Amino acid sequence: MNNIIILLLLIPLLTGVLLIFLRNRISAQRWLSILSLLAVGVIAAIIIQRVLNEGTMTLDLGGWEPPYGIVLVADMFAMLLVFTTVIVGICCLLYGFRTIGEEREKFYFYTFVQFLLVGVMGSFLTGDLFNLFVFFEVMLLSSYVLIALGGKKVQLRESIKYVLVNIVSSMLFLIAIAYLYGMLGTLNFAHMAIRVSEAGQDGLLTTVAIFLMLVFAIKAALLMYFWLPGSYGAPPMAIAALFAALLTKVGIYSIFRLFSVVFPHQPEITHQLLAWLGILTMIIGAIGAVAHWSLRKILAYNVVVAVGFMIAGFAVFTTTAIAGSVFYLIHDMFVKALLFILGGIMIGLTGTDKLREMSGMIRNHASLGWMFFIAALALAGVPPLSGFIGKLLVLQGAIGEGFYIIAAVGLITSLMVLYSVVKIFINGFWGENQLTVEDEKMSTKGTLLPSAILTVIVIGMGLGAEFVNVYIMEAAEVINNPSLYIDAVMPNGE
Amino acid sequence: MKVNDVILQTVTKIVVFIIFTFAFYLFFAGHHDTGGGFIGGLMAASALVLLYLSYDIDTISKAIPINYRTLIGVGVSVSTLTGIGSILLGYPFLSHTFEYVDFPFFGEIELATSVLFEFGVLFTVVGGTLTIILSISEDV
Repeated sequence: MNNIIILLLLIPLLTGVLLIFLRNRISAQRWLSILSLLAVGVIAAIIIQRVLNEGTMTLDLGGWEPPYGIVLVADMFAMLLVFTTVIVGICCLLYGFRTIGEEREKFYFYTFVQFLLVGVMGSFLTGDLFNLFVFFEVMLLSSYVLIALGGKKVQLRESIKYVLVNIVSSMLFLIAIAYLYGMLGTLNFAHMAIRVSEAGQDGLLTTVAIFLMLVFAIKAALLMYFWLPGSYGAPPMAIAALFAALLTKVGIYSIFRLFSVVFPHQPEITHQLLAWLGILTMIIGAIGAVAHWSLRKILAYNVVVAVGFMIAGFAVFTTTAIAGSVFYLIHDMFVKALLFILGGIMIGLTGTDKLREMSGMIRNHASLGWMFFIAALALAGVPPLSGFIGKLLVLQGAIGEGFYIIAAVGLITSLMVLYSVVKIFINGFWGENQLTVEDEKMSTKGTLLPSAILTVIVIGMGLGAEFVNVYIMEAAEVINNPSLYIDAVMPNGE
Repeated sequence: MKVNDVILQTVTKIVVFIIFTFAFYLFFAGHHDTGGGFIGGLMAASALVLLYLSYDIDTISKAIPINYRTLIGVGVSVSTLTGIGSILLGYPFLSHTFEYVDFPFFGEIELATSVLFEFGVLFTVVGGTLTIILSISEDV
């Protein structure tokens, strides 16, 4: 019994509820939401150390042992993602303090950020497919509110699309769960894994697995990314940064978990399919990123490229490639939050997101410019920044297994990604300065702190790769060797 | 336009109490039989909605001065706090227990901690349902 795991979810949940009562006291809301996340961050760090020393921790909720009850599983993979989520959440909040505006703050912005984080972290921690659905819904409902909050015309248009797409995919998710429950009689990941390996993964089970893959592909913007650029363009950038860093990653996490623990037996079908989905997503995302001249759109398409890369890396399914994918996943959460925050500052200063209407910002905002440059290089995977190690490991794994197409597409799209962000850099920061300090639509005061934190992390993850790798390898080990996960959840077998 | 709805209002005054009674019956039945916080909450909410329909929002808001959004918060915190209670006592989160207690006059009654949890669910459902319905009605 490890009640410490539930604290990761309880603290933000209770804080979110408490903030409902403090609706009109904005500074109290700010302090409480930051304090809550700091506490969660400390607890997550403690759990990570314990997991590293003692192995995966589990908590049977209500004392009901699996497969009867719902179990929370804190393995290294999930915990690293939880920890990253918390840091990204803190940075987005710090940025939000300055930019989100009193109107949204009074209408429960902070409450729903906390609930969103509960949903995201709960999805990472749960060991039960139906519970995963529930946490997905917690996350999605909060995101519906956050995307629509403020009630601008564009928000209404995009949030209707976003809600519809997600409701349909949630419905498909439920149908897939029903199929699985009908076939296996259980929804606990570990228990399902035991039963699938005993009964053999026949055609019917593989079909259901692909059905689930479809669901998570919509949520993760894997090939079915059509909803993403629009809806990430609608809300304020603090919220868009939170979405870009966290939401698609939950879908990716679910694919990683499901196709490593429960359905790893037919890789020539499922993982091959994942590889092609990843390759196509990379290509389409990169074309989108290169083609657009709107800052928001370029950043949104960069989210899509990264999704493709991680899934392709996972589909190679060797320890090296998986470690690379996990590394890249964590790197991507940081760097996407950073890019969206910096992009948000640029849009805030100029009042437009059209690249052709910006220029010369480096004269008044040198630190902003250089941080954007670092983020751009990290995104493309230039050493020694954080994107490099992940890309290197994935490419190593892909070439070692003969997946040359993944390697080639991965490299080419990296270049296209680099082009797309450097395009932002050149247009935004080089050239004649058209904007005097007085003309700027907002002040950068306070917004540089979260970007600085994230920049330091992005550099640190690259330079300190040796240190980070200990944890990443442990996480990849759990994915690569599902019996570790199964034994931790059900030590006595079935 | 003022509609004459004396019949509806008179019936409502009585029926609301019947619905409330049934709601609480369902709520307490939920421990062993069909029912529980969710169904009880929906039933109680339907009684309140009937009140809002047969009178008008202003009258009822004066008679029942509850902020339903706050009620959601109260409900969620009550439910969560019962879970935290089990942590403080050293059991896994959300563990529940029960005890048979002999009351004078009523006789032996089973007291379960999960009823407290269900109370939270009831508040949340009432708060949620009425927030939704009242916000929709305000728009029109």
